[in-house]
Amino acid sequence: MELWQAFVQMVHTLIPWLDGTVASIFIILIKAIALVMPLMLVVAYFTYAERKVIGYMQLRIGPNRVGPKGWLQPIADALKLMTKEIIFPTKANIYLFLLAPVLAIAPAIAVWAVIPFDEGIYVTNLDISLLYVLAIGSIGVYGIILAGWASNSKYPLLGALRSASLLVSYEIVIGFALVTVVMIAGSVNLNTIVQAQQGGIVHWYFIPLFPMMVIFFISALVETNRAPFDVVEGESEIVGGTHVEYSGMTFAVFVLAEYANMILMAVLAVVMFFGGWHSPFEAIPYLESAFAWVPGIVWLLAKTTFFMFLYLWVRATFPRFRYDQIMRLSWKVFLPITIIWIFVVALMTQLELGPWF
Amino acid sequence: MNSEQIIFYILSFWFVASSLAMIFSRNAAKAVLFLVLAFFSAASIWILLEAEFLAITLILVYVGAVMVLFLFVIKMLNIDKSTLRAKFTGYLPLGLIVAVIIVAEMSLVLGANQFGLDVFSSPARHGADYSNITVLAMQLYTTYVYPFELAAVLLLIAIIAAITLVHRNETSRKKQSISEQVNVQAKDRVRLVSITSPSKEDK
Repeated sequence: MELWQAFVQMVHTLIPWLDGTVASIFIILIKAIALVMPLMLVVAYFTYAERKVIGYMQLRIGPNRVGPKGWLQPIADALKLMTKEIIFPTKANIYLFLLAPVLAIAPAIAVWAVIPFDEGIYVTNLDISLLYVLAIGSIGVYGIILAGWASNSKYPLLGALRSASLLVSYEIVIGFALVTVVMIAGSVNLNTIVQAQQGGIVHWYFIPLFPMMVIFFISALVETNRAPFDVVEGESEIVGGTHVEYSGMTFAVFVLAEYANMILMAVLAVVMFFGGWHSPFEAIPYLESAFAWVPGIVWLLAKTTFFMFLYLWVRATFPRFRYDQIMRLSWKVFLPITIIWIFVVALMTQLELGPWF
Repeated sequence: MNSEQIIFYILSFWFVASSLAMIFSRNAAKAVLFLVLAFFSAASIWILLEAEFLAITLILVYVGAVMVLFLFVIKMLNIDKSTLRAKFTGYLPLGLIVAVIIVAEMSLVLGANQFGLDVFSSPARHGADYSNITVLAMQLYTTYVYPFELAAVLLLIAIIAAITLVHRNETSRKKQSISEQVNVQAKDRVRLVSITSPSKEDK
C-alpha cells in the first residue's frame, strides 16, 4: 500500500497540470490495466493447467510439444486463433453476431472491479459490491442468448435456450446462498464480509454455512457451463452449443469469458466462505508469527488456486447430467435447502451461536 | 457546466435515444436490446442521484431476469410482420390520441411547476460513508414493514396462480419419476444370459 501511495504521489508530481478528476480517471485506468493483464495471463495458463491436470488424471501427458514441457502452448493457441478467419453464417445478424462475444467478456471482466485482494487492495470499494457482482454477472447470459439467436443456426439456438433457462434458475440459487453470508456478516460490501471473518479458521463462514458453500460451488459450475453441467456446449448432444458458428478470435473471446468467470467464481467462494485474504494460521500460536510475513494476497490466490483445481478435478471425475436433472436439482433440491438454511441462520443469529455472530 | 452535469446530459441523451430506437426498430430482438440500454442509462442516472441500491436492483431484476425472458419468448415466437403492419393506419388515430393524453398528463404531474427547484429544494449531498442500502432497509423493515410484506405476498399469489394455470391438465403431462430412476437395479434393466460359445474345433 505504501508503494501505491508513492506511485500516486509520483503521478501527481510528474504531471502537475492534471487536476483532480482527470488524475483520478488516469489512476483508475492504471488500476484496471494492472488487474486485467494478469487476469488474461492467468486465463491463458488456466487452459494449459486444465489440459495438463485432466491429462494426468486420465493417465495421459497432455500438451508437451510447444516450448519446455508445453509451457508455450497457450501462447501458440492464442496466435493460432488470432490468425484464423472469422466466418459469418449466411443470413446471420452480423451486428448481434459480433456483439455477443463482447457481451460475454465485458461483464466477466467488469465484475473484478469490486473483488478485494487484500486489506485495501481493490479497484473500487463499492458499498453494495455483492449486489454489483450478482447484477453484472447476470448480464453474461446475453452473450450466450445472442450468440444462439444471431447465428441463424439450429444447434446454437437450442444451446442458447437451454443455457438461458439454466442460468436464470441457478442465479436464484446463488443469490439465496449468498443471502445467508450477508445475514451473518451484516453487510453487502465484500471488504466488510472478509473483515468479519477475521480471527482464525474457525471464524470463516464455511463452518456455519457448509451446505451453502457446497450449493454455491455446484451452482457456480452450472453458471460457468462447466462439466458435469455443460449442457450449453453439449458436445455429445448438440454439436457445440452456442458457439458452433464462431471461429477464430470471436470463439476465443467466448473461451476467455468462460475461464474468467470460473476464476471469478473461485475468488467469490474464497471471499464469501473461506476468509478472503486472511491467513489460515491466524490465532494459532507460533504458526501465526511464523507466517506473519506472507502478504494477504498470497493467501487469497492460494485458496483461489485450490478452487480452480476443484473445477478441473470435478470435470475429470463426474459424468454429465441430463438437462431435466439439472433443472430438478435447482428448483426442487437446492432452492428449498437454501430457504431452510436462511431460517437456520436466523435462528443461529438469535441464539448468538459460535464465534460468527 | 460541471463534470456531473456533463455526465447527466450524456446519460439522458443515451436514455432518450435508446428508448426511441427501441420503439422504432423493426427487429424485436434489437428492440429488446435497446430497452436494455435504456435500463442501463436509467440505472446510471440513479447512481448520479446516490440511489445506488435502486440502480443495481434495476439491472439485477430487469436486465438480468425480465429482459432475458423477453428475449427467450421472442426467439420462440414466429412473428409475421405483415399482419402486424396491416392495421397500423387503422390504429393510428387512437394511438395518437392516447399518446397526446399521456404526454399531457406527464407534463402536468412531473413538470417544473410540481418538481421545479422553487417547489422542491435540491436534495442534500451525502458523505462518502452514506450507505443507501442501510437507510432503505431501515425504512422498509420498520416504518413500511406491513406494506412491504403485503407486496411480497401479492407477488407470491401471482406466482402460484400462474403455476396453477399451467398445471390444470395433469393428464397431458409427461413426468419422470426421479426416485424410480435412481433406485433402479442392474438386474431390472439387463438380463445376463450365459451361452456356451462354440469352441474352435467345431468349426
